[in-house]
Amino acid sequence: MLLQGIALKKYFPVTTGLVPGKARGWIKAVDGVDVQVARGETLGIVGESGSGKTTLAKLFLLLEWPTAGSLLFGGKEIAAFDKADLLQYRRSVQTVFQDPYSSLNPRMRVEDIVAEPLLPAMGLSRAAVQERVAEVLTLVGLSQESTALYPHEFSGGQRQRIAIARALVTYPQLIILDEPVSALDVSIRAQILNLLKGLQERLGLAYVMISHDLAAARYLSTQLAVMYAGKLVEVGACDAVYTAPLHPYTQALLSAALPLHPTARRQRIVLAGEVPDPLHLPSGCRFHPRCPHAMPQCTVDEPTWKEVRSGQATACHLHG
Amino acid sequence: MPASFPLLAVEDLQTYFYTRRGVVKAVDGVSFTLEAGQTLALVGESGSGKSVTCLSLVRLVPEPAGRIVGGRVLLQGEDLLRKSPAEMRRVRGKHIAMVLQDPMTSLNPALTIGVQVTEVVRLHQGLRRTALRDRVIEALHRLRIPGAEARLHTYPHQLSGGMRQRVSSAIAMSCTPRLLIADEPTTALDVTIQAQYLELLREVQAHTGVAIILVTHDFGIVAANADRVAVMYAGKIVETGSTLHIFDTPSHPYTQALLRCLPGVELQRQSLVEIGGQPPDLAHLPSGCPFAPRCPQRQPICTETYPPPVLVEPGHVAHCWTATAVSV
Amino acid sequence: MAIAYPVEESIATKRWRAGWGHVPLFPSLILIALVLTAVLAASLAPHSPTDADITRKLVPPVWMQRGTWEYPLGTDRFGRDVLSRVIYGSQISLVVSLLVIGVAGTIGTLVGLIAGYRGGISDAILMRLTDIGLSLPTVLIAVVLVAVSEPSFRNVILVISLLLWPRFARQIRGETLAIKQQDFVALAVVSGRSNTWIISRHIFPNVMPTLLVICTLQVGYVILLEGSLSFLGVGVPPPNPAWGLMIADGRGFLATAWWMSLFPGLSMLLTVLAVNLLGDWLRDRLDPKLRQV
Repeated sequence: MLLQGIALKKYFPVTTGLVPGKARGWIKAVDGVDVQVARGETLGIVGESGSGKTTLAKLFLLLEWPTAGSLLFGGKEIAAFDKADLLQYRRSVQTVFQDPYSSLNPRMRVEDIVAEPLLPAMGLSRAAVQERVAEVLTLVGLSQESTALYPHEFSGGQRQRIAIARALVTYPQLIILDEPVSALDVSIRAQILNLLKGLQERLGLAYVMISHDLAAARYLSTQLAVMYAGKLVEVGACDAVYTAPLHPYTQALLSAALPLHPTARRQRIVLAGEVPDPLHLPSGCRFHPRCPHAMPQCTVDEPTWKEVRSGQATACHLHG
Repeated sequence: MPASFPLLAVEDLQTYFYTRRGVVKAVDGVSFTLEAGQTLALVGESGSGKSVTCLSLVRLVPEPAGRIVGGRVLLQGEDLLRKSPAEMRRVRGKHIAMVLQDPMTSLNPALTIGVQVTEVVRLHQGLRRTALRDRVIEALHRLRIPGAEARLHTYPHQLSGGMRQRVSSAIAMSCTPRLLIADEPTTALDVTIQAQYLELLREVQAHTGVAIILVTHDFGIVAANADRVAVMYAGKIVETGSTLHIFDTPSHPYTQALLRCLPGVELQRQSLVEIGGQPPDLAHLPSGCPFAPRCPQRQPICTETYPPPVLVEPGHVAHCWTATAVSV
Repeated sequence: MAIAYPVEESIATKRWRAGWGHVPLFPSLILIALVLTAVLAASLAPHSPTDADITRKLVPPVWMQRGTWEYPLGTDRFGRDVLSRVIYGSQISLVVSLLVIGVAGTIGTLVGLIAGYRGGISDAILMRLTDIGLSLPTVLIAVVLVAVSEPSFRNVILVISLLLWPRFARQIRGETLAIKQQDFVALAVVSGRSNTWIISRHIFPNVMPTLLVICTLQVGYVILLEGSLSFLGVGVPPPNPAWGLMIADGRGFLATAWWMSLFPGLSMLLTVLAVNLLGDWLRDRLDPKLRQV
């Protein structure tokens, strides 16, 4: 098990602003999430806005610290990391963000951008750094001439390749992909998805892919986790979840990702209502106000996690 | 008005931008028609010219850099490009309305919802007081905005993205325009909200008979919502046809490639077919067909002359040297 | 409005259409002239600026009656050549403004960067200091400070710098905050880079264009401020040919020997105008590009 999160919680305090420090309420962005990624696997985390998937990614990247719960890497608690462990973590876990325009410093050359994760503490000579940069640029399909150029000379898809090259430069084991193709043109998405897939096979990488695009998530994922309002609603093997979703939200999500033919029949589930206000979450199951199968029990009790079929689990009173 | 007139007929529209790097031919000879009550999907990627086409229809192309340099836009037989600015102002909102992609910036954050909807209705319909208020509430109800009376006093920031988009659409539909241009209206929305919104739009169309131009890059939306499709590339329309035609017999290599490179939710995980290369630089377009450099079916003639339209089937046209008519 | 059909346009028209324009000719020429004058003052000036010939006092400019080519712009009440003084005066304006911008710019940028990057208490304290600095009546305080500490080159530069740095700090802080939101900063943190690295390699280079614009726009203000101080007698001390001093000297002679005040005043006007025009052009040119990131 490469990366493991146990009962992860991240709450953000909401202050009135007048009295600094006094919390009026809490935004429970991530509220008790268990995840794991194994070597060479891809965990797809899907959800809409307010689901907590972006905050979860930030927890993995140590851009935020969990309010509760623990994060383990290679079996060791990250909270107990010393400097050497942290260095090793930074080396092993890299990331690619959604926006190829904001990800690259417009005033830095490509070679400096790609070489950035190679910290001085890693003790590489200048020649070794240059060699490695050349290597990763080839891996992502960019020419060697790119090193001396600036980001504005590249298109969106090419910039995303540069971002991927930077993520590969430290020989990572896990790459967190936060909506890696959402900001790209449709015809370029296939290029980048294929690239990511090829790199995974070639280098034995593990991915955590955060996405709201179910189709792209399916393409890369082996395991799938569906999030809603800060909680996990369903987890399982990717194909299983896509063909036989257990949770009503997963079903609605899949039906909303429209089929690619005008005559394709699909049970159209259109949800009423909106994603809940994080400060005023519904009682019981958070999904019950929008759930087509809501029962009286759902407004009172939060459903517990249950493995319904082998390798597929959900938290829903329909299955509990 | 003779029934044989299509509601909208665009003929050879050309909109150019004059920039430091050269003349950008954003829209280069675009022609299409739209009947009342129909939905036309304008599909393309960034740089295809779909958004500029929409702006050109309502003559809101940013000046001085951009100019409509040629063509005709016939709304119920009248050429919009020949109208005076004052006349155009009467057309916008009343006959043609627009809904844009970003619901955050479509609404004025400093004014309440009520004020914004009222403003449009008062301008075009000249109603007052109770009649005005009733009309405004009716406009909100049509887009199924719950608690419309109470909402009149709320500000945009108090609403969610989906609700804001509905308010923008309510403003657009408040004067029952004949044509609604929706430029990527769901791109910024969550997937489940997207489904809600599109269903609502279908309902409004059924109720009012408005024609819709739906600009999108998402073929899933096209499949579920459009009657006809026009595919754009580098400022030109490369293929037009009914939705069924486009999905069953795509005849332009770009359309075919687009359909093949989309990961579908049902698809098994085989490799996606890529489109190699990069989108073209609109300031320096190659001669002949702009898609030729990336086209897997490129012929020598493709880089010399722009292909003429080929009638693949009735109502289905593709601009490609390799396209052939489907035998009946 | 009729449709405009395509017309073959000249390159010049196309460039104008693009809205960028050329580098503005008039301001650039003035500034180049200023810098050259300051650098080559010794060769250009016909006399020494402090050479006083009492017998030749109040000589009018050459084109008037009694004027002579020996003193093309006339002499002041001590018999000093106005032209030479104006030429040497450019040195003072240039040096003072460059030094002040250097000092104030450095302090202000550091404050802005730290406040913007660190946020929290540091930000609050530094910004309150900045607010105080911005609310001080500049000329008044400058007069008081320099008068108290005795007028000299060094004190003028220090005092003006002290009053000027908050203007830099405020804007640089704003830019820092905006740049901090960019993904590449988060990515640098994820890579494990130190704060120093992030500020120097990521934040500062992106703050530079704004800094450049502020510097350019402040030069005019500094020249005016120094001129005002000299005029009031608390700036660069006599007999230095500071333009402000020259204007002050000529105050009692405006009706009779107007050339004493006019020419230094005109020089100051042209310089400040040129610098402001250039600064405006620079800001327009750099800003949209910045936002396009």
